[in-house]
Amino acid sequence: MTAAETDWRGISGDDEEADVVSTSAGLKLQQRARALVADLVRPHRRPVFWAIVLLVAENAIMLAGPLLVATAIDTGVPAALRGDLGPLAWTIGGYAATGIGTAVLRAAFLALSGRIGQDLLLEVRRRIFAHGQRLSLDFHESYTSGRLISRLTSDLDSLNDLLEKGLDGLLGAVLSLVGISVLLIWLDPVMAAIVLLGFVPLVFLTRWFQRRSRASYRLTRTTVARLIVHFVESMNGIRAVAAFRRERRNEQIMDDLSVAYRDANADAFVTVAWYVGWLRAVGNVTLAVVLLVGGLRVVGGDLELGALTAFLLYLRRFYDPLDDLAQFFNAYQSAAAALEKIASVLDTPAGVPEPTAPVDLPSPVRGRLDFDEVRFAYARAASREILPRFSLHVPAGQTVALVGATGAGKSTLAKLAARFYDPTEGAVRLDGVDLRDVADADLRSTLVMITQEAFLFSGSVADNVAMGRPSASREEVIAAATAVGARGFVEALPDGFDTDVRKRGGRLSAGQRQLVSLARVVLADPAVVLLDEATSSLDVPSERAVQAALETVLAGRTALIIAHRLSTVLIADRVLVMSDGAVVQDGSPDELLAGGGEFADLHAAWRASLA
Amino acid sequence: MSTEPPSGSRPDAKATATIAALRRLGPYIAPHRVPLVGSGVAALVATLSGLAVPLWTRSIVDGPIAHGDLAGLPWLVLGVLAFGLVEAGLIFLRRLLVARPSNRIEAAMRADLFAHLQRLPVAFHDRWASGQLLSRATSDLTTIRWFVAFSGIFLVVNGVTLLVGIGVLVWLSPWLGLVVAVTAVPLTVLTLTLERRYSREARRAQDQAGDMATIVEESALGIRVLKSLGRGRTLTTRFMAEARALRGTELLKVQLLAVLWAVLILLPEIAIAVILGVGAYGVAQGMLTLGTLVAAVSVLTYLYWPIASIGYLLAEASNAAAATTRYWEVLDVEPTIVDPASPQALATPVRGELVLRDVHFAYPGSDREILRGVDLTIRPGETMALVGATGSGKTTLTALIPRLYDVTGGAVLLDGVDVRDVGLVDLRTAVATAFEDPVLISASVRENVALGVPQATGGSPAGPRIYTDEDVWGALRIASADGFVAALPWGLDTRIGEQGMSLSGGQRQRLALARAVLGRPPVLVLDDPLSALDVHTEAEVEGALRRVLGGVTALVVAHRPSTVQLADRVAMLQDGRITAVGDHSELLATDPAYRALVSSLDDEREEVRS
Repeated sequence: MTAAETDWRGISGDDEEADVVSTSAGLKLQQRARALVADLVRPHRRPVFWAIVLLVAENAIMLAGPLLVATAIDTGVPAALRGDLGPLAWTIGGYAATGIGTAVLRAAFLALSGRIGQDLLLEVRRRIFAHGQRLSLDFHESYTSGRLISRLTSDLDSLNDLLEKGLDGLLGAVLSLVGISVLLIWLDPVMAAIVLLGFVPLVFLTRWFQRRSRASYRLTRTTVARLIVHFVESMNGIRAVAAFRRERRNEQIMDDLSVAYRDANADAFVTVAWYVGWLRAVGNVTLAVVLLVGGLRVVGGDLELGALTAFLLYLRRFYDPLDDLAQFFNAYQSAAAALEKIASVLDTPAGVPEPTAPVDLPSPVRGRLDFDEVRFAYARAASREILPRFSLHVPAGQTVALVGATGAGKSTLAKLAARFYDPTEGAVRLDGVDLRDVADADLRSTLVMITQEAFLFSGSVADNVAMGRPSASREEVIAAATAVGARGFVEALPDGFDTDVRKRGGRLSAGQRQLVSLARVVLADPAVVLLDEATSSLDVPSERAVQAALETVLAGRTALIIAHRLSTVLIADRVLVMSDGAVVQDGSPDELLAGGGEFADLHAAWRASLA
Repeated sequence: MSTEPPSGSRPDAKATATIAALRRLGPYIAPHRVPLVGSGVAALVATLSGLAVPLWTRSIVDGPIAHGDLAGLPWLVLGVLAFGLVEAGLIFLRRLLVARPSNRIEAAMRADLFAHLQRLPVAFHDRWASGQLLSRATSDLTTIRWFVAFSGIFLVVNGVTLLVGIGVLVWLSPWLGLVVAVTAVPLTVLTLTLERRYSREARRAQDQAGDMATIVEESALGIRVLKSLGRGRTLTTRFMAEARALRGTELLKVQLLAVLWAVLILLPEIAIAVILGVGAYGVAQGMLTLGTLVAAVSVLTYLYWPIASIGYLLAEASNAAAATTRYWEVLDVEPTIVDPASPQALATPVRGELVLRDVHFAYPGSDREILRGVDLTIRPGETMALVGATGSGKTTLTALIPRLYDVTGGAVLLDGVDVRDVGLVDLRTAVATAFEDPVLISASVRENVALGVPQATGGSPAGPRIYTDEDVWGALRIASADGFVAALPWGLDTRIGEQGMSLSGGQRQRLALARAVLGRPPVLVLDDPLSALDVHTEAEVEGALRRVLGGVTALVVAHRPSTVQLADRVAMLQDGRITAVGDHSELLATDPAYRALVSSLDDEREEVRS
């Protein structure tokens, strides 16, 4: 890594990169990866068994080939010379049969192992994706989307490579190794001893290769993840990139990352080159020795000429695919490194775990929120307390506005209520039930938080509103949009509610995106609503419309509203003024205005700003 | 030019021949042709010297062994050994030669793709799903790399080996050669048919992988929405539907490949059987020596792998061809917003007079004009607020000034020069924008603020200076971001989580503002720069901005009266036109639409409170 590269990336507290893998950490990674593989394969034991049976059968039949050739030469030809074509015909017929058998079994094996492979991939994809959704925001904030994306794309690609090309090759190699050894011993133990002696350096060679390439491939996984992070962020921020002429700089960074990835890969390739070269050298030396000894023995009359031919053929069959198998070995190493990364994501605890024995919320939910002796600090920066110990009780149906300077802890408080985080100490309760005991599905249907970044997913406007409640009918979607005053602009779009929002809703303005996101809440119809600057980009009339809508639609629901515009705050039943993580004022807007103090000052400043 | 991305599944749309697609790799391969050809030659010689082994074997069998002449045996064996070692050395060389070039080609292609994507206009990015771009930059290029490094070379080498092998057979015995030649016909036909089918599926699979990458990306970027609405499962379902579709295609590919393998095993094996029969008959008739038959069968066995591997090599070629096609689909898109042929220089220093003359704009692919004849003049040094209802086109208008989009009618003039006649770098150096969505990257605070600093290049022609930490702190001070940045554990060096996820909205917005004011650009475009700030911070930032805005031409999109008050004049955007320009109190008094939009001291609330 170049100095410039470290420089731009900055320093981060938690060392997220496991690229400097110590031996013990490496072993642990391998263990995890192995456990994951075992777990994945378990449900497929039966098909795997049959695939192995097919492969063994194929190899056995294939191995019969040279034997039949030997018989044809040693027995068939002399018989034919005597005028008896029978043995020759039999052996040749047999050989043709082995050809057919091999072909059919091979196809069957490939189809079956392909299916197993694809099933495994599907399962890995499902696990990572679903686990990614379960992991806490804390995790996502430090892991970055690009790395998660690389787990689900690039890492899975290498797994796919292995399953597609490698597994069959590796298994095949092992099988033919065993099969050929047995056959050779049976054919002629002396010659077999020579061949088996040749296996010894092979074992050492393979060990060396594994060790060397593992390091390279681990590096490729880390570097490709960085590359993906940079790519994704650059593409998502293309406006800023263009407007601030970051293209050159971005290209340089990409070059650095690309070079790191390139070199890691090239190193792996070079390792393979050495491996394969030596592999072939060992094979060919063995061949020459077999030829020498075999020739001497044939001349001496200890060995049939056909047997020697068979020996040479078997050797060829063994060493020939091995060369290309090194490729597969390669795929295996790459996949192993990918699996380690995947396993470490899957092993990350959810942070905000689902309760094992969920407690039902009272039905209907009333919406009382209690913060009991809550204290909060981020797990990754435990020493920095964001919210010192406090208690807060919000009766059902109350609309509470949170006011205070940026960074005062308003969002954090709301996030605790939404269980994006769990409190470090104390408990947040909804209708008396600790949020940690509420099943996620129950919690999310009861309590919805909307933040100012209104993320839109690819799909139509209607699809996006329906994120609030996927089962909603078209009428309900339209009604929700109407309620927040979004219907007008949506219907003005080329295809109305069916208009594709384009990437990240690029077609809509920030305010319009916020309206869509507010329509989601209306559709979701929760008992508790948390709005974090959800109307910051709206013009005043739109915001007023939204407020009116919220007041009617959410009447009787508990609401926690964070807003910087005091016009929003004044509709609240109760105002909490926060400063440095603590609630410093608590009362109705009028009380606070009358009482003087922080809120009254804020209000005065705000009024002055309106002029 | 078509900015329209290829849609999800279009297997039949382009039946571009594999070879034609692969040919487009030419320019990237050309610089590395020496090592690559060297690698091919090494592979070929290695294979052929391997092929010679059966011939040596024949000499040994027919010579020393048949005659019991032990004196010649060691020499012949030494010959085999020498050949074998040469073969091993060449195999090593083949891979060594290819190791760096293939990875260089991949990196070069990625660099070009990335650079091209950055040159393509925002309109292109609006339309192309990001996953499709990502999959092209990663998976597709990996496929191409493997092809260049192995499959491509092997395809050539194995082809040549086959031809030579068949030649040797013909030389050994024309009859045996004929048998092989006859088998080759159905083999070729079947293989090509299957390959064509396979390449269609390969393309489909890559497209599906791209679609899946899009969902993956959204699942990570939209995690907050997914969490708050509890829709993780919904998206997982959608993802799994894509993943299953991909699995279906992959299974189809596997099945096609399985059939291909079967064909490629079956036909050569049958050829061997026939040769064995014909050969044995020939030996019996005295037309062939036993050694020749052994050699012929050895040669055929030797050809077994080259033939069998052709199936998967062709599959790889198909994959690579599809990947190449996908790559060029993006690279062939012409950037529409480019430097003019003969750029005009801006006045130095830039005065900053900004004129919008009858500006029309419609998003590509839409016939509805967002802007329908905007006329607006911002005098040098003047701060103009732009107000308008949500969705009235304010942000769109701001994007026209740094040419993130080009006007579809009319013109934007900076100091009297059409912005389309100014070099892009000059223009974007003169105009800085603070976007409403503060796009932050997972990098240090310094990097996030000094986004465009041509640090490592030693400065670009337009911005020769390198920003110092003092410059950055200065910009942060203006944006009132110095306080919280100083409180970060490593100050300017602290890595901000991606999109600044761990920062509050107001903090992120202030960083975006600092980014815009860094380097004191003569023209500032601020898109609702204070929307996420609380009243206190807002007042602070305003105060600082006021100082910055003095002497700078600025267009400020505003929703709040307080922001409006930063401006010298206010322009009201309504129905795609500027309907009123004037100062705040003037418009408040004369323009009812303006009053309705901006006045927050609305009567209803006053009533509520009283």
